[in-house]
Amino acid sequence: MIEHEFADLAGGKNALVLDPKDNVAVALTDLAAGDSCLVVEDSGKKYEVVVTEDISFGHKFALADLKKDQGVFKYGEEIGRMKEPLVKGGWIHVHNMYCDKGMK
Amino acid sequence: MGDTFLGFRRENGAVGVRNLIAIIPSVFCAAKVAQRISQNVPGTVHFSHPVGCSQVGDDLDVTARTLIGIGRNPNFAGVVVAGLGCERFTPKELFDGIAPTGKMLEMVVIQDAGDSIKAIEIGTRMARQMQQKASMERREEIPVSELMIGLNCGGSDTTSGLVANPALGLASDKLVGQGGSSVLSELTELLGTEHILARRAVDEKVAADILRVIGAMEERLKRQIQTSHNSRRKNLISTGNYDGGLSSVVEKSLGSMKKSGNAKFVEVFAYGDAPTKKGLLLLDGPGHDGEVTTGLAAAGAQIVCFPTGRGTPSGFPGVPVIKITGNPRTFERMKENIDINAGTVILGKNTLQEVGEEIYREILAVASGKMSKAEVLGHDEQFCITRMP
Repeated sequence: MIEHEFADLAGGKNALVLDPKDNVAVALTDLAAGDSCLVVEDSGKKYEVVVTEDISFGHKFALADLKKDQGVFKYGEEIGRMKEPLVKGGWIHVHNMYCDKGMK
Repeated sequence: MGDTFLGFRRENGAVGVRNLIAIIPSVFCAAKVAQRISQNVPGTVHFSHPVGCSQVGDDLDVTARTLIGIGRNPNFAGVVVAGLGCERFTPKELFDGIAPTGKMLEMVVIQDAGDSIKAIEIGTRMARQMQQKASMERREEIPVSELMIGLNCGGSDTTSGLVANPALGLASDKLVGQGGSSVLSELTELLGTEHILARRAVDEKVAADILRVIGAMEERLKRQIQTSHNSRRKNLISTGNYDGGLSSVVEKSLGSMKKSGNAKFVEVFAYGDAPTKKGLLLLDGPGHDGEVTTGLAAAGAQIVCFPTGRGTPSGFPGVPVIKITGNPRTFERMKENIDINAGTVILGKNTLQEVGEEIYREILAVASGKMSKAEVLGHDEQFCITRMP
């Protein structure tokens, strides 16, 4: 089983941005829709983002409004593109992101 | 003046971080003799394996070059080659392959000695003498540019790509920045990112090599999947990967690639070979933990850094393996097996930079003689030579 929840250890709702070019953050605890989350950048810079959907530990949410076919950036690289527009704080996963690189 | 560590300078200029005697069989038939010789002389390590005969072509050549590479690894002050006498990969070829290093080297062949008991006795005497000579070697101050670390992750979970691998990447960049070497491999975990890796190549030749080896690995996997009759043997990205938040193969591969930081790749080299350049390197190898670390040790890596999310205790004979987890619960559960807790980043208590620095300092400490936890506990299950399909 994957450990999905470290909130009891972390003492707060946190998310991580892995590269300055990224337009997503990764949830470090399970988040519920409407939660305000402390986003920590690689550089140590911190700010609050309100998530619009439930986001599980390890999953991604948008740091800005995203357009259809806009690139999704994590680790400073494009990991896929949006199938549909998404608002800031929304969940990004296989239901709304596509990628045609690599073996399936 | 850059960072330094305390290592053993060998006859050929190479630097070891350990001062051990290796007992290496040329063929599986001599595996037990090698193991018994090692048991008789504490402080030696043995490399028992299931190959060395009934192989042809590239498959036999990879076995041969890998065993020679292990023997050449500077962590070993001396090597006793144990052979049977009629194997395809002859003990003489293994001996001759290691000889140019100038290190202490002897050979015992079972069919020449008479029987296995006599071979064990002869080999034990050889190892005893080498061990005593090696015990007089002293560590000296060495620049970190002489270090080569291998990178491999196993038992990964969501935290691996998130914090453990990126933190290790920062340590790798720091070592490479000071003239040292760091080796990425596990091509099966890099599929879909070859265009990104190629962009990080130092020149067009290296970029072309990156595209070639990853393309070949993808073809090999496709062939294996197409010829499999069991549908449960065809998955490359697991359901657990998707549940954990990974949305594409590229995203998964980027998490794996992050172990190598942001440095430029200076060379791609084959499994069983050693690189000819220093800096960030790519070893053409598959994704099995043991096969990768064996290829890294054969390439001359003195230390392996191993992120693990779920937690694995495995280690390698004579080459310290440093375990790093990004999962704070795994660290609590497996403290006895895991050296670095990168999970403090997940908890918001440390930054990636701070943990990257901690990993770098641990690499220097282990290079200077501190034993990693896998090493203290005698874990050596990662020795496993890859086979060519």
